[in-house]
Amino acid sequence: MSDDKTVSTPDTSGSTLTKDTSADGEVLLKVTGLQKHFPIRKGLLQRQTGAVRAVDGIDFEVRRGETLGVVGESGCGKSTMGRLITRLLEPTGGSVEFEGKDITHLKTGELRPMRRDVQMIFQDPYSSLNPRHTIGTIVGAPFRLQGVEPEGGVKKEVQRLLSVVGLNPEHYNRYPHEFSGGQRQRIGIARALALNPKLVVADEPVSALDVSIQAQVVNLLDDLQEELGLTYVIIAHDLSVVRHVSDRIAVMYLGKIVELADRDKLYKSPMHPYSKALLSAVPIPDPKRRGVKSERILLKGDVPSPIAPPSGCRFHTRCWKATEICRTTEPPLAELRAGQRVACHHPENFEDQQPQDTKLLSSAKEVAAENGGATPVEK
Amino acid sequence: MGAVLLLLVVSAVTFAIFFLVPRLGGQTADQLATQYVGKDANPESVAAIKKNLGLDQPVYEQYWNFIKGLVAGADYRFGPDATHCSAPCFGYSFKSHIEVWPQLEQRIPVSFSLAVGAAVIWVVSGVTIGVISALRKGKPIDRVSMFIALAGVSLPIFFTGQILLALFVYEIPIWDSVDYVPFTENPADWAWHLLLPWVSLAFLFSALYARLTRAGMLETMGEDYIRTARAKGLKETTVVAKHGLRSALTPIVTIFGMDFGTLVGTAVLTETVFSLQGIGAYSVQAIKDNDLPIVMGVTLVAAFFIVFCNLIVDLVYAAIDPRVRYS
Amino acid sequence: MSKLDKAALGEPDTTAPSVPDDVFLSVRDLRIHFDTDDGLVKSVDGVSFDVRKGKTLGIVGESGSGKSVTSLGVMGLHRSARAHVSGEVWLDGQELIAADPDEVRRLRGRKMAMIFQDPLSAMHPYYTVGHQIVEAYRVHHDVNRKVAKQRAIEMLDRVGIPEPAKRVDGYPHEFSGGMRQRAMIAMALVNNPELLIADEPTTALDVTVQAQILDLIRDLQKEFGSAVIMITHDLGVVAEMADDLLVMYGGRCVERGPAEDVFSEPRHPYTWGLLGSMPRLDREETDRLIPIKGAPPSLINLPSGCAFHPRCPYADIPKDNVTRTVRPELTEVGGSHWAACHMTQEQRERIWTEEIAPKL
Repeated sequence: MSDDKTVSTPDTSGSTLTKDTSADGEVLLKVTGLQKHFPIRKGLLQRQTGAVRAVDGIDFEVRRGETLGVVGESGCGKSTMGRLITRLLEPTGGSVEFEGKDITHLKTGELRPMRRDVQMIFQDPYSSLNPRHTIGTIVGAPFRLQGVEPEGGVKKEVQRLLSVVGLNPEHYNRYPHEFSGGQRQRIGIARALALNPKLVVADEPVSALDVSIQAQVVNLLDDLQEELGLTYVIIAHDLSVVRHVSDRIAVMYLGKIVELADRDKLYKSPMHPYSKALLSAVPIPDPKRRGVKSERILLKGDVPSPIAPPSGCRFHTRCWKATEICRTTEPPLAELRAGQRVACHHPENFEDQQPQDTKLLSSAKEVAAENGGATPVEK
Repeated sequence: MGAVLLLLVVSAVTFAIFFLVPRLGGQTADQLATQYVGKDANPESVAAIKKNLGLDQPVYEQYWNFIKGLVAGADYRFGPDATHCSAPCFGYSFKSHIEVWPQLEQRIPVSFSLAVGAAVIWVVSGVTIGVISALRKGKPIDRVSMFIALAGVSLPIFFTGQILLALFVYEIPIWDSVDYVPFTENPADWAWHLLLPWVSLAFLFSALYARLTRAGMLETMGEDYIRTARAKGLKETTVVAKHGLRSALTPIVTIFGMDFGTLVGTAVLTETVFSLQGIGAYSVQAIKDNDLPIVMGVTLVAAFFIVFCNLIVDLVYAAIDPRVRYS
Repeated sequence: MSKLDKAALGEPDTTAPSVPDDVFLSVRDLRIHFDTDDGLVKSVDGVSFDVRKGKTLGIVGESGSGKSVTSLGVMGLHRSARAHVSGEVWLDGQELIAADPDEVRRLRGRKMAMIFQDPLSAMHPYYTVGHQIVEAYRVHHDVNRKVAKQRAIEMLDRVGIPEPAKRVDGYPHEFSGGMRQRAMIAMALVNNPELLIADEPTTALDVTVQAQILDLIRDLQKEFGSAVIMITHDLGVVAEMADDLLVMYGGRCVERGPAEDVFSEPRHPYTWGLLGSMPRLDREETDRLIPIKGAPPSLINLPSGCAFHPRCPYADIPKDNVTRTVRPELTEVGGSHWAACHMTQEQRERIWTEEIAPKL
């Protein structure tokens, strides 16, 4: 199994252009006030004693043809969000509209048509493929489930899909264990593409793969988007990968979106302190830049528990700019600059939203001191 | 709390099976009462018994009385004499008309002793063999012990038991007899006289436990924390005993609790082979005689042991695995 | 240096080595092979390197490249009957491969220590964090529990765990991922080891926590002057931490040298492939990544000749099919910068400057 081919790609020099224009397309998916609370039950009677507020009120939309990247650290709710918008989970609150249709509380049967249009790619290509089924059965499953008979028959269509994702169509009768990790991820992608979906939600599609394979899969996703006009929501913790694949990016922290911005705006001038800290933490593969430590913001401690998130701005316990208002008032996700929405009272790279509130919280002073005072409040 | 609830459920189900099902099957209260009276049944005595035992009452009331008897004791009237059956009252044997509980009380220590001794032997030997096998995986010692283990699992107790009896009591009389000497009377005699049944019972179980331990050890020794323990420079014996075995034993504790609890009431074959007066043998006789109160009593005692052992298992589990404690 | 060269050229050196004074660990022609049901797996097949005190060696490679097996080999943790270990491992002047296993055990945890990728599975779930640190300390120090516990608290404090006197009695599952890795580091450093091997120490962690942990390892190294081996698949992490770099592929070293040289002038197509595969935040956004085709090889059935040839776009440049028949040895391409490739220096230099570097 060494004939893992990359997809032959047409000249892609114009792809940046197409990507940018598509960002103004119509809204495919609209999420409003989305919430998912997982109840915590205790005791013999399983009384609810609290809730994990995995996703706690988020708004965003995905436009046709674009890629929305979602980043955040473990426990920020990004995977739950992915499962909510594909309706693998039912939201606790808020709404999800797909192509203008409210799908928030549809029952299994009613979801069926929407299941054709929205597909998911999972992180682990080892556990998401049934080891007892052949590749043909796995990739052809969506046809059977939806009762669709593709032109020329299922087998022919599956073989076409296999070649689309860069696998040998003759491997139709092989089993998942005969494939490498990268190839399995391709199988997962072929399955997701079977019914010609409009939206593909990929949860950490490359993080289980080796570096060299990651690049193959990232390129494949790129090519498929271009050829098939797909819309992606790509959830990942790797900020370099997310930058590479996304048009717009949502940064999540403790169940909230703290910043939602066009890619270049976010990476060039992040406004939310958390986005800035996150970006600064990514190690750069250039030994010459070592020792330029002042650029890095070291956050103290861990992400607080989503069972009892901090009041006000959820980031205030770890933020070096937090003032009294951050503790008391939750900042709204506001479009401070065209194409850049941020939920912060004292944003970076922008004018202070609460300039009258200047007294730093003691925790903020500690973080600032830790970072050698290198992160003064900017005007 | 949960355990008490469970026992109540068990008692209700047992009660239903033994007293309700016969009725649903067409037996009348008269017929049930007739069983108490025995051969010389006449309508008057049957009626009297029926009244005295409350068999003419609705079933739920009978059950309530039964539970009350268990907790607080009950008074029965046979003719002019009132008898007090003190708690826990399981009623009277159909056959012998004597109280069930004192009979059980006599026999429980026998069954319990049998189970305890056998358990000690099978746990010690099973776990030891399992650990050695796991550490010498694929080597001759592993193959031999796993073969013996397979034999142990496959050989029925009446076979091994008879062989042991034939060898050590009849051929080479090391033991003159196998019987029960109360522990409180003479611990050494107690152990000595029960050794044969222990060994034959343990043979079966230790085989099973050897296989379980081996599987558990093989899995645990591949864990990351074992590698960490070695990386710290710990001696291999410490790595195996302290880091490996403790984890490998966790599932065994669960199974042991169930096995032990079950065994107290169900070591029928062993008790029969060695003619021990335990509750297993008692229940077999009762079933033959269709003596419902005894069967009922044995069932409840057996259930009690199972529930009790599982309770202990839960506690032990929490003691072993801190993750259980907090969740 | 001459002896080292010989070792690197695959000629095992049997005489006592003339290791420079500051080289704390010297690995010569290490081979670790495993008998499996499918055949002999050559997980590590002739790897040599040195680590100096106070310096960090980064070992980079994909899954199955042999990087973790190498580190476990140095620690002497391949003692099963199915593992065949040969070569030499000189730790502070003492050879370990041929040494008595019990001798090596006494060094383990004291002179050389290791931290692992996933601190949740690498710590025993049934014992408190303190207990596990105390245990690590008391194997090598004849002290009572109380003293050892004090030492554990001190270490937890040193690695930045808040309220160490309280957390010392906590179980691993009660710690967050980052705190667990800190505790793991505390455990590894409790005996002041002079060599610390970190096997993917931050792979399981979030990026902000990763930054904290890398920072901590760097600080501790500065404080104790220990030699560090950092094993990772993340070029960003090695770029940040490593002074020297070793790139492994298929159980062999394909390139090694000072980290700056390997990053600025890589001389092996596999290294180029790794650099081209990763999107980088420090560069303008490019349209496409340049992946390496195919997948990492199976160690049971390693390709003949240069193990990388089936994936190498330049495999046909050297004449006479040599890439498929002859295994290339490491040759020096610059000041202590070595690479194992059949292409001539000039060819590689040209490809790098003209074809690869501009696209990165």
